[in-house]
Amino acid sequence: MGSHALTTPVAVVGMACTNFGEHWDRNVDDLLVEATHGALGSAGGLGVGDVDAFWLGSMISGVSGLTLTRPLNIAHKPVTRVENMCATGSEAFRNACFAVSSGAYDVVMAVGGEKLKDAGYSGLEMPSVPNDGTPPVLSAPAMYSMIVPAYARRYGVPEERIKEAMTHIAWKNHGNGARNPRAQFRREVPKETIAAAPALAGRLSVFDCSGVADGAAAAVIVRAEDAHRYTDSPLYVHALALDAGSGTGRNDSDYDYSDLAEASASARTAYAQAGITDPATQISLAEVHDCFTPTELVLMEELGFSERGKAWQDVLSGRYDRDGALPVNIDGGLKSFGHPIGASGLRMIYEMWLQFRGEAGERQVADPRFGLVQNQGGSPGDLVSAVTIVSDRRP
Amino acid sequence: MVGIESYAVYLPVPRLDRADVARVLGGRGKGTRPVASYDEDATTMGVAAARAALRAADGVDSLWFATTRPAYLEKSNAATVAAASGLAEEVAAYDLSGALRGGAGALRAGLSSGNALVVASDLRYGLPGSADEAAGADAAAALVVGADPIAELIGSASLTSEFLDRWRIPGDVRTRTWEERFGVEAYVPLVERIVDDVLGRCDLKREQVDHLVISTPHARARSTARRGFEQALFAAVDAAGLGYAGAADLAVGLAVALDAASPGDVVLAVSVTDGADAFVFRVTDRHANGPRSGLADAPDAQPVSYGDFLNWRGLLPREPARRPDVKPPVPPASRRSVAWKFGFVAARCGSCGYRNLPPRQVCLRCSATEGFEPEPMVDVPGRIATFTDDWLSESVQLPARVVAVDFDGGGRFECEMTDAVGRELAIGDRVTPTFRLASVAGNGVRNYVWKVRPHLEED
Repeated sequence: MGSHALTTPVAVVGMACTNFGEHWDRNVDDLLVEATHGALGSAGGLGVGDVDAFWLGSMISGVSGLTLTRPLNIAHKPVTRVENMCATGSEAFRNACFAVSSGAYDVVMAVGGEKLKDAGYSGLEMPSVPNDGTPPVLSAPAMYSMIVPAYARRYGVPEERIKEAMTHIAWKNHGNGARNPRAQFRREVPKETIAAAPALAGRLSVFDCSGVADGAAAAVIVRAEDAHRYTDSPLYVHALALDAGSGTGRNDSDYDYSDLAEASASARTAYAQAGITDPATQISLAEVHDCFTPTELVLMEELGFSERGKAWQDVLSGRYDRDGALPVNIDGGLKSFGHPIGASGLRMIYEMWLQFRGEAGERQVADPRFGLVQNQGGSPGDLVSAVTIVSDRRP
Repeated sequence: MVGIESYAVYLPVPRLDRADVARVLGGRGKGTRPVASYDEDATTMGVAAARAALRAADGVDSLWFATTRPAYLEKSNAATVAAASGLAEEVAAYDLSGALRGGAGALRAGLSSGNALVVASDLRYGLPGSADEAAGADAAAALVVGADPIAELIGSASLTSEFLDRWRIPGDVRTRTWEERFGVEAYVPLVERIVDDVLGRCDLKREQVDHLVISTPHARARSTARRGFEQALFAAVDAAGLGYAGAADLAVGLAVALDAASPGDVVLAVSVTDGADAFVFRVTDRHANGPRSGLADAPDAQPVSYGDFLNWRGLLPREPARRPDVKPPVPPASRRSVAWKFGFVAARCGSCGYRNLPPRQVCLRCSATEGFEPEPMVDVPGRIATFTDDWLSESVQLPARVVAVDFDGGGRFECEMTDAVGRELAIGDRVTPTFRLASVAGNGVRNYVWKVRPHLEED
């Protein structure tokens, strides 16, 4: 028993990502076609017929692999739709990597796409199983806002300081998004504006919440040994970890809402696979699941970037800023890039694809060593978390 | 011997200030009246009263539930009250829905059966500016009837009289009335007649009555009828000053009178609506411990604005937030989990001792798969583990106060905290469970759930 790095390493040899935003004039088919064709094009001009198998990530925009085959006219291929809440994009990528690593296929694709803006609501409506009406019904911001008083109490930090750190995170990610042509929100927002916005849930305002967007992203994956057949600059996969909690935290008085244990567990597994012993110094940049600003704050501790109870200080000191020691969400994050559920995990990897190929423009990080992608679904105490580690060096 | 073994009154926390009504509608108003909160209805208030009355009583054979504002028609609300009050399936539960006189009918039926829970619960409102809105009280009362009473039934009498004084079409907000003089002419002689009748049966004279309750929806008939009696007899009910509580008014009045009564006292309770019903009780030595209604220990009242009140009653609908429709609970799932959903019964793991809320097949702490013991949580207080205000909630009242609760003796559950409008919350605050409405869906299904409210020392 055990969790291991892939015996046969894999690499991303082509990627694409649509603009994220309110695509009133495009449906999910349009988005999936753009991302899939774009990724194939960047892998040296492959056609869909050159791909042996597909994994499609989508939470609410379609069921089955046929959601991908119909618009792309893919016939007689193994196509699987996967779903793991907001970690769906990472899940599509992870399973596609396993498939090619196993030797079952030579060329595979992970495609994630979501059309949220046809729902008519500014938030995300989760699919729900008919039930007895007793499960608590909280909005997603409300569930994550419960971190704030719990974290403040655990570490004896005034909630006002935590709010300052949350405001810094929102300010940082808006600033990063302003430098990304694909982001949903491309405008810097002054801290005073963020801090003064009215509450939606607890201490969260709209500026503490990720953008609700449409979008798609796709990756072409092959065995590492084959990567240079398709591109001169492949992105190698060093770790693929997933942790699904028991989902019992919200019913377990041992859980205090100040941490996200599934995130740290998935990170530990990933670090072991990648041989990383000191993530705070060995990780050069990270794309993490900033669905809400307190999430990003706590994740800095769960991923080993900050000491327990100290992330708010590191955030305020600028450690995770674009020009800081460990840039986090340099592409704008869910906050300003937007969060089309099935696409987000792949969007995070897409930023790594650009960064490690030196194609990130004014966001470019100098000489990145390892890049970390953390993507999660659920809520505090009821979570799945995926961590992927990549670099431009073959494992 | 049969009589009342225990009793309790439930008053909702919100208070409507009549001056606030006058500011909107004109005219004058003073004083306040209790109004059911946004997440209460006749059923939930009835459960609160029933739970309190049952705490001091043994089991019952039947339940009689009276209200003029039934949450459902055709579907029994008494069954919901029974389930949420923790009564066994073998307890027969019946509704007396619609007529004000159902309150007296429930008491009579309960006393006749000899071992019963009588629950009367009502919401009094009408069109804005109506007398029902100004002079009513939303309240519930529960009486446990049995053979070992604190107030023994000495006698009862009833008269039935067909005439239209007030009427309401099913589903309407408004109750219509005939002109006031007509009701006085009709009701006052009925009071005289029923009092003489019941006292004659009991071989008692008016002077031997120590406490008198006259319950009638007709305010002027009530004040006129009172002139025939010593005013001191009304002292207890007058002191409570609640307003007319509809089908619950007789039971509330009786409870208030019993609170003021001592062993040996004679209490006469008269309901005058569509006829008259009178009940004479003699307080026994078992009623030595003073008031039992719970009114004296009721939580602090909280003001509600007239706008919120009208919104709660559906009389001032507000533009809803752009949110998905409320999803109703589905009947098969609710039936499967009836002990949990309605009775708030958790499961304590026989292996590790942790309370699972809700009950599970596999213990969330130790993964044991058998040996769970059902454990009712209704009377178990807890503390806030963390909390938030949710402005995006589907709750009628925003923000919804959402708390994670750690219950004394183990167990965690997240739910809405009610009776906490504007209240400052903190981790560690004490809370106690209460049966409320989470939502009413578009198909009319009412989602009853257990929430928490601020804990009181008396809980």
